[in-house]
Amino acid sequence: MPHPAPAVFAALLLAASAAGAGEIAPADRRSGFDQMGAETRAIQRDDTANPGMLAVADGAELWARPPAAGAPACADCHGADGTGLRGVAARYPAWDARSDRPIDLQDRIRQCRRDRQGAVPPAYESPDLLALTAFVALQSRGEPIRPPADPRLDRGRAEGRALFAGRMGQLGLSCAICHDDNWGRRLGAAAIPQGHPTGYPLYRLEWQGLGSLQRRLRNCMTGMRAEPFAYGSPEFVALELYLAARAAPLPVETPAVRP
Amino acid sequence: MARTLINLPKTAEPGAVVTIKTLLSHPMETGFRPGPDGRILPRNIVTAFVCRFEGEEIFRAELFPASAANPYLTFTWTATRSGRFSFTWQGDNGFDQTETAAITVG
Repeated sequence: MPHPAPAVFAALLLAASAAGAGEIAPADRRSGFDQMGAETRAIQRDDTANPGMLAVADGAELWARPPAAGAPACADCHGADGTGLRGVAARYPAWDARSDRPIDLQDRIRQCRRDRQGAVPPAYESPDLLALTAFVALQSRGEPIRPPADPRLDRGRAEGRALFAGRMGQLGLSCAICHDDNWGRRLGAAAIPQGHPTGYPLYRLEWQGLGSLQRRLRNCMTGMRAEPFAYGSPEFVALELYLAARAAPLPVETPAVRP
Repeated sequence: MARTLINLPKTAEPGAVVTIKTLLSHPMETGFRPGPDGRILPRNIVTAFVCRFEGEEIFRAELFPASAANPYLTFTWTATRSGRFSFTWQGDNGFDQTETAAITVG
């Protein structure tokens, strides 16, 4: 039997690396927390040093205050201290029957603000939305991420997986090339994490502030020289659906601190 | 009013070394960065922090433009007697905020 030409070998190698290391098994899933320096981990561990807790305190205040005169406050329906929402952040994004599509936690809060509290929904990345989301997500800290087994979410998850694995941008990179195949190695000086959304909204030292998962994804897309999706776009919700399934059962860390 | 987080024990034994942690919500804009329109954003930082115990200064810090946003300062104090701490942050644009906390010693 004749030897295959070198070009065929090269093609085989490329195919192998693209299918590559592939998805990370549940037992091998690691939070980015484990790859941080000891000092950054110490900031996250100590609630009195974690600057994300400043936003949580803002969120607690917004939680208790009616957004307009005569309108109900979050606390009026969900309880004064928010503990009634334990576990909620661990299962979002979830299916929303009213709008007939999957929505993430931020969109749920914006929807509640608009439809049930008669308020203008806070803008994406606004301090109010980040603070409320951080307050709600904090209630689930330590809970394992468990995406709902709702078949209506399967399509979004598959779309998110395709977006994660598909090459995009001028550099022709995909999320999977870094975060599935090369996690634990370095991109320049930065450690490549597995990319699990365990602690959003989180305080990023580079941002000097709190930001959402969508802001982080937009950062990554800009780095790949791809055009970032818009805040609140269906593409981001699909990615979030896949990322949640990919991260389970890691515990929620909100508000996390990351370099 | 900027949000603050101040953490210290409510009680302490006489002679014990108490750790006091303070965190202030503040942008600490350096005065060197251009904004979206290309113009330099005006400096807006906290320049001084003082902690007093019953009016007596026990810790002071000066801050400069290289400090990170939301400055976190932690220091220790040897417990002598019960009383009140005051924490004062002062800075650009007339920023002046004071918070208090009490400790019981004994």
